Amino acid sequence: MPETVTKEQIQTRVIDALVEFGEEREDVSLEAKFEDLDVDSLDLVELAQIVEDEYGVELSDSDMDKLETVGDVVDLIAGRA
Amino acid sequence: MTRKVAITGVGVVSPLGVGARSLIDRWTAGESGIVDGLAPATEFEPTDHLTRREARRSDRFTQFAAVAAQEAIDAAGWGEEMPYDPNEVGCVIGTGIGGISTIEEQHTLLQQNGGEGGVSPLCVPQMMANAAAGQLAIRHGLKGECYGTVSACAAGAQAVGAGLRMVQHGDADACVVGGTEAAITPLATTAFREMGATSKEGISRPFDRLRDGFVMGEGSGVLVLEEVSAAEARGASILGYMTGYGATADAHHLTAPDPDGDGASRAIERALADAGREPGEIDYVNAHGTSTPLNDRSETEALKRVLGERAGSVPISSLKSSIGHLLGAAGAVEAVATVLALGDGVAPPTLNYSEPDEGLDLDYVPNKSRTLERNGRPLVGISNSFGFGGHNVVLCMEGGP
Repeated sequence: MPETVTKEQIQTRVIDALVEFGEEREDVSLEAKFEDLDVDSLDLVELAQIVEDEYGVELSDSDMDKLETVGDVVDLIAGRA
Repeated sequence: MTRKVAITGVGVVSPLGVGARSLIDRWTAGESGIVDGLAPATEFEPTDHLTRREARRSDRFTQFAAVAAQEAIDAAGWGEEMPYDPNEVGCVIGTGIGGISTIEEQHTLLQQNGGEGGVSPLCVPQMMANAAAGQLAIRHGLKGECYGTVSACAAGAQAVGAGLRMVQHGDADACVVGGTEAAITPLATTAFREMGATSKEGISRPFDRLRDGFVMGEGSGVLVLEEVSAAEARGASILGYMTGYGATADAHHLTAPDPDGDGASRAIERALADAGREPGEIDYVNAHGTSTPLNDRSETEALKRVLGERAGSVPISSLKSSIGHLLGAAGAVEAVATVLALGDGVAPPTLNYSEPDEGLDLDYVPNKSRTLERNGRPLVGISNSFGFGGHNVVLCMEGGP
């Protein structure tokens, strides 16, 4: 588990993950909405697994229901990491 | 009175490239897709045809089916908007084992994580054997009856038969059918080798005296089936007709066919009866022809039973001599090859044939393809698929107008 992880690092990791899932990098801004990006529930479950493995942060189903933008995820992780 | 069914589009990914014409043209020319005892689909590059996202969410067996189905649906001229109510279009895609490479990879990850965790959330949707059928329905908006058939080496043919019945019976106006397999993996290749099923020499030589087992291949074949009058009304180009399906079980052995060929011959008879044809009307047989000591003999017996005195004069050839055994995809890839061969008026060759075996004395179109005599009417062919477990499936087809 990392000692201190910065919000910038989390942001990079989340964006890298979404790009790996199939998004174009230029589309993945902090303001980008998941529904506009075509990010679905499976993507969010994959992202949650990465976040738990790498930051020890658990995202529950109800957490994920409330996430609308890329920035929302980064904020949530940063708040708990 | 059942409805008649036309074949309006076909698509293939195989060891002879991507594309149905690539398969039939290269087979007819005598080319082999087997290298070093295996027949992988080496010309297939997923991201040539699928988005990164689609490719990433699909096991290789689903990727093959997606690409083959795209070709078939494009060839059928379905374009942007399907020419049928999507609620009346079905989808049946067979496979032997489904997402086995996903299973193997994810199992390794699980073990590396001490048996807990490490498994991708995509594991289930990728490995499930119905993934190909489901993905095709999603990609093309097919909202009728949709599922996968599982009967080993007969699965692909059984899917075609299932779709045929759907349209014949009126449960659908059209059906996208086929089979797919991507089982060239460490576990599967080793498993087949350990049971003595695959050729130690790595040579596929159906019906030859020195045959010693099949060669593993991979790929997918997909066909678009449409009710005939609807196909004609919309001006579809008709490749041929799917006229009959016959299926039986040997009830004999898990891996060996019934040596008498009883189940196999009954499946041929049922397919012919479904098509309203007599054995005497068969112009060409696309054999199961795996190059195993057992199948090639029992299949010969079955053909002799049905064809009687004519048996020696009907051309019989095996696509497996060129591309190996595509397992759950074989029956569908071979159906595609059969309808195209009938349309071209050609019996493609059984490759690597040099020594006849005792009792296997039929015309196996050795090594060089041959013209089929049309006699002023469309050519009639059958395609056989016999799976481990004793599943016998025969499809009867006719060439296009």
